[in-house]
Amino acid sequence: MSTAESTATEIRDVIVVGSGPAGYTAAIYTARANLKPLIFAGSVTAGGELMNTTEVENFPGFPEGVQGPELMDKLEQQASKFGAQIEFEDVESIDLEGEVKRVVLANGEEHFARAVIISTGSAYRELGLPNEKRLSGHGVSWCATCDGFFFKDQDIAVIGGGDSAMEEALFLTKFARSVTVVHRRDSLRASKIMADRALAHEKISFAWNSGVADVLGDNKVTGLTLRNTIDGSESHLAVTGVFVAIGNDPRTELVKGVLELRPEGTIAVEGRTSRTNVPGVFAAGDVVDPTYRQAITAAGSGCVAAIDVEHYLADIEARSLATQQA
Amino acid sequence: MSNARDVSDAQFTDEVLLSEKPVIVDFWAEWCGPCRKVGPILDDISVEYSDKVDVVKVNVDDNPNIAAEYGITSIPAVYLFEKGKVTGTVIGARPKQYFEKEWSEVLVK
Repeated sequence: MSTAESTATEIRDVIVVGSGPAGYTAAIYTARANLKPLIFAGSVTAGGELMNTTEVENFPGFPEGVQGPELMDKLEQQASKFGAQIEFEDVESIDLEGEVKRVVLANGEEHFARAVIISTGSAYRELGLPNEKRLSGHGVSWCATCDGFFFKDQDIAVIGGGDSAMEEALFLTKFARSVTVVHRRDSLRASKIMADRALAHEKISFAWNSGVADVLGDNKVTGLTLRNTIDGSESHLAVTGVFVAIGNDPRTELVKGVLELRPEGTIAVEGRTSRTNVPGVFAAGDVVDPTYRQAITAAGSGCVAAIDVEHYLADIEARSLATQQA
Repeated sequence: MSNARDVSDAQFTDEVLLSEKPVIVDFWAEWCGPCRKVGPILDDISVEYSDKVDVVKVNVDDNPNIAAEYGITSIPAVYLFEKGKVTGTVIGARPKQYFEKEWSEVLVK
């Protein structure tokens, strides 16, 4: 590998991996604490999940709402303004053990820091059907704002019963002739305001107590086989588009086997802190949160991580001073 | 820097299907957030591998026919054409290294 000249030998105070609300908030706080954070924002995942949303109506401070990408742009600007160094690179691996952590990028560069904040967020969950992968990009989608345009005047299905499923369904009504929400239960998990909007919408109908047994179509989606979750009976739903919104899984590939995880798959942290089981490694945002998963809770959790890092670095400094004096 | 060219529905046959060189086609639109991430990555590839491959961009808003012909319903959709045939597809935004790995036979340094 020809990393000799590109490898940075400087040991920084803190590196942040991830650039959603948690990562950027951690960046803002650590930058203001003069810790000169280095953020690896990701080449295509920068800005996180909010980059694929439209209107965010519940982020405090925006009574008129704000577009997801615009909010992330503002967070990025705010972090930059205070001196955070933001690099749109992907992290390949992290060496978390030892006092100095080593972060290796996909381009081969290595970077070192005394503290690392993991805020890698979560990835959308797939149905896990063989035909889903095959037809991905040919009718199967995970992003209504990206792909809704292709389904003008068509009949489409949204899978899921949570807030993001309702958001996708409502957004898709702008294009689609009809939207059928397919949900495993007989009531929605979404917040009341989102559920009410979807239930009242004339273009949206519901297939209750239904799971997807198969996605049909040769070169593009022509329909779904639904299976009733109560009596097991199967039925056919003719649609040309399927939007999957059945939840997310924490993105822990980089730290698997090193950091302790909770049974839900999120990184385990101590109480209300961001401290993981490895000293100097902190985690924030959706990657630690199996429950709330909101932009504002992620931002709050990024702030917690930044302050934990400050305390951690101050402690090591105090200890090394004490050793020198002894 | 970029060597990528914009290609319309009308130019597609000449510029892509009849090309001697392999062609990477980026199907994109203004309103597609992830497309904005992939664009610069393909610009890089168009420069770095300029002797191996051409990179062209098809705006699906202005040129819906080609996208429809290839059954594209998600963007960014990046297709590799060799001698008029699709030999690879990458759906969704991916890092540069992903393209280099996926299409390593064409993207040779």
